[in-house]
Amino acid sequence: MVKTIRVLVAKPGLDGHDRGAKVVANALRDAGMEIIYTGLHQTPEMIAEAAVQEDVDFVGLSILSGAHMTMFPRVMDLLKEKGAGHIKVFGGGIIPGEDIEKLETMGVSRIFGPGTDTREIVEYIRKAHDDS
Amino acid sequence: MKTRNDKMDRLREKFRSRYDSCEERNVEFTTVSSEPVEPLYAPDDIADLDYRDDLGFPGVFPYTRGVYPTMYRGRLWTMRQFSGFGTPGDTNKRYHYLLDHGQTGLSVAFDMPTIMGYDSDHPRSEGEVGRCGVAIDSLRDMEILFGGIDLAKITTSMTINAPASILLAFYLCTGEKQGARFDQMGGTIQNDILKEYIAQKSWIFPPEPSLRIITDILAFCSTHVPRWNTISISGYHIREAGSTAVQELAFTLADGFAYVEAGIAAGLDVDTFAPRLSFFFNAHLDFFEEIAKYRAARRIWARRMRERYGAKDERSWLLRFHTQTAGCSLTAQQPENNIVRTAFQALSAVLGGTQSLHTNSMDETLALPSEKAVRIALRTQQLIAHETGVTNTMDPLGGSYFIEARTREMEEKAQEYFEKIERLGGVVKAIEQGFFQKEIGRAAYEYQKAIESGRKVIVGVNRFQVEGEEIGISLLRIDEEVELAQRDAVEKVRAERDNDKVARELVRLGETARGSDNLMPVIIDCARCYATEGEIIDTLKGVFGEYQEPPFF
Repeated sequence: MVKTIRVLVAKPGLDGHDRGAKVVANALRDAGMEIIYTGLHQTPEMIAEAAVQEDVDFVGLSILSGAHMTMFPRVMDLLKEKGAGHIKVFGGGIIPGEDIEKLETMGVSRIFGPGTDTREIVEYIRKAHDDS
Repeated sequence: MKTRNDKMDRLREKFRSRYDSCEERNVEFTTVSSEPVEPLYAPDDIADLDYRDDLGFPGVFPYTRGVYPTMYRGRLWTMRQFSGFGTPGDTNKRYHYLLDHGQTGLSVAFDMPTIMGYDSDHPRSEGEVGRCGVAIDSLRDMEILFGGIDLAKITTSMTINAPASILLAFYLCTGEKQGARFDQMGGTIQNDILKEYIAQKSWIFPPEPSLRIITDILAFCSTHVPRWNTISISGYHIREAGSTAVQELAFTLADGFAYVEAGIAAGLDVDTFAPRLSFFFNAHLDFFEEIAKYRAARRIWARRMRERYGAKDERSWLLRFHTQTAGCSLTAQQPENNIVRTAFQALSAVLGGTQSLHTNSMDETLALPSEKAVRIALRTQQLIAHETGVTNTMDPLGGSYFIEARTREMEEKAQEYFEKIERLGGVVKAIEQGFFQKEIGRAAYEYQKAIESGRKVIVGVNRFQVEGEEIGISLLRIDEEVELAQRDAVEKVRAERDNDKVARELVRLGETARGSDNLMPVIIDCARCYATEGEIIDTLKGVFGEYQEPPFF
């Protein structure tokens, strides 16, 4: 039996805009994945801890406050520290193009901008999961 | 009469059969909120509408056609662009820029640490300082923010909720230092905590102490700051979080009723505070649905205030509102198209009788708006005001069979929600049960699915795309230096002030919070001696605790 893909959907930082996170969580669940949603106002420490405890394959971060250049690297560093560097980190939010390039260079697996079709996210996760 | 009706029925049937014999385009004829729309509306759709009771005249109960007798022939709406970023000095420059270009009121966007009650040097503020608004830590920052701006003359709206009492105190003290009296200063604090639990999710304290702070503000301002709009009861964020138009209307008004009931329960006479309550709605894509929403809102509020709460002062019956065009409707794809979307939305707000308006900038799905993008957004309002001619007459769509039928329908559907909320035990109980959050989440997901299936068309996103599009507009960048500068600034404030006095005032604040006296005077005293926002919030957290939402989706 194929193991179900597990995804942690997380809202790091202080912003409370959870529409996107919840829509993505619903879409991934409808695509047959197991979704753990952290709730709001999470620190990178809380997110990395939850990712390890829940033994997820992916962490999806949603940030609309502009704090992405702080939050993404922090979560990835903490995952590595906890020996969970294999967990792929992706995300979305209000993130300018040049920051997307920088984040992807730092090892963020994918950034999805506004207007992304959720099927594109499902497809990315399935493919990235098969590749690993 | 009967024969006339029969004749009308026959005519209508004839039209219907001719219509049905023709082909319709293969699309859903629904509003953006997925409400079905008939092919045609006619007099019999509004046959039971009573002009005098249901519409009346502008400035006359129930105000369906507008709250003032002159509307835009007397005074245009206030063009109030929401802005704030970086340090108080950065934002002060933007305010001078906007005022120089004809903006008539100010509207402050705060950064997330300020919204959540953290000082810029708090660990949780890292990476967030000055990013999506301006960083304000103490009275000193507010003095810089309004440098060269006369607070006795301009009105300012501040989008601040959980810590609204503190930012209001900073503002009043800033004016006081300029020589303005509290009763000369006018403006708005959003101060709508219920919609935070429902949609925007920037809360600090649990609902009960939050409502106590709000009723303290109502009581204080009614005596000392009579020109202040004490709560801007907001549907904007409910809509942005994904609600339908009816949900926005119903949940917002339900919040309004809850504040009125809290004020009355705190022993206030409804007419001492209700005239200073105002509203804030979204202007979304569906042109007529939005206009009907504003008209229905005015009628529902007026009737409820007079009939249920016994308000006697006519000003208590008036639903005055600010509008912002829908940020969530903007697209990152072909962002210039957002100028057009925003213009249609702004027009719906004006035709719906708004008192003030913010038009979004085309680049806001990508970053904070650049100066040029903001100027185009402001120009959009000026075009509507001065070139289109729509301001010449009041409520020009009043009497339209379609608009009147939709206005009525929205009123009825809102009423169904009010009854449902009452059955759940009121707004706070419904929040605790996750009622609003689930309703909104479901609507948001349905909307997304409608776009992805192609049932709803979003130009540039699921139709009419451009392959390999390059974004050709320049974005505003927030320098990382902002955070360092702001941390230094707050440290300097702490080093220069009378720290013994601050400590004494904070102790007094804690005592007042534990008791039942009004919190505003002591918060103002804390502000005057340069206590920081974080220090004041921490003191209150020590008494009131913090709110946690159970995560669900």
